[in-house]
Amino acid sequence: MVGLVIVSHSPKIAEGVRDLANEVARASGLIVAAGGLEDGSIGTDAMRILDAIQEANQGDGVAILCDLGSAIMSAEIALEFLGNDVAAKIVDAPLVEGAVAAAVEASCGSSLEDVIGAAEAVRGEKKIL
Amino acid sequence: MATSIYQCLTRITAAITENKDFLTELDREIGDADHGLNMARGFAAVLEKVPQEEPDFGVVLKKVGMTLLSTVGGASGPLYGTAYMEAAKVAAGKTEITADLFDEMLGAAIAGIERRGKAVRGEKTMLDALIPAKDAFAEKVAKGASFVEALDAACAAAEEGVAFTKTIAATKGRAAYLGERSIGHQDPGATSATLMLESIRDYVKG
Repeated sequence: MVGLVIVSHSPKIAEGVRDLANEVARASGLIVAAGGLEDGSIGTDAMRILDAIQEANQGDGVAILCDLGSAIMSAEIALEFLGNDVAAKIVDAPLVEGAVAAAVEASCGSSLEDVIGAAEAVRGEKKIL
Repeated sequence: MATSIYQCLTRITAAITENKDFLTELDREIGDADHGLNMARGFAAVLEKVPQEEPDFGVVLKKVGMTLLSTVGGASGPLYGTAYMEAAKVAAGKTEITADLFDEMLGAAIAGIERRGKAVRGEKTMLDALIPAKDAFAEKVAKGASFVEALDAACAAAEEGVAFTKTIAATKGRAAYLGERSIGHQDPGATSATLMLESIRDYVKG
């Protein structure tokens, strides 16, 4: 099953999105929160993200969802350190909606490509119809 | 006795710490008011984690980069982290600095920032201080100037670069949300990059 990593500047946001996605998707897949710095400060830490990717990986790849700005840069660095042993990719999607969509798709046993596709498909969705 | 590179890092940390509030204030105007705090936290961690006796510049600078990646928190973490790690690759195995090596390290650091930030000169970033500094440094060295003279020229060019960032609008980072309204404010990243160069210059001067 595809694993998910939730990257946020805030530990609480990362943990909250993880909990919400788990709840909505009733995911048995692995969602790992990588928010904030080691001491709990606001920020992103490439090494924490790297650890989270390794923890989330069950052999079918890992989709990484990020919040703002430098979260992407830190995730990119984590991927460079990870090398090619683990299939992991950064998803270009809003964090909350993307994480829920990805978790639902992952819990169905879909491939990494399909999980990323499901998350990115919510990008343009309107909230008020 | 700590190595020369550790002593130089101590200088940089002191300069960043002394200017913590100033950097944060600059960032309050066009960003999210955390640059000074983030950088001071990162360099405090650098002094703790980098071994004081390690002579290999490559080993030391890699540790600096890795520490900044994990402790700065804002965008300057991945950017400066990458810069120091790229400089580390060039400096691997070296235990003494020369003008040519410094020029190469600065070039590698700049290339790393450009790649990581997907940024170019003229976007109101640290590159607007670092690229002119590197150009001025290389020009002086080519003319046979000493390391210190070349560093003086680099610092002067970096200062001019910081002044230039006041005149342009940001297109990268949080400041880009402000667009034209960012004109008139100097870039915090260009400012911290200049502080680093000045600290190195002051250390080399003795």
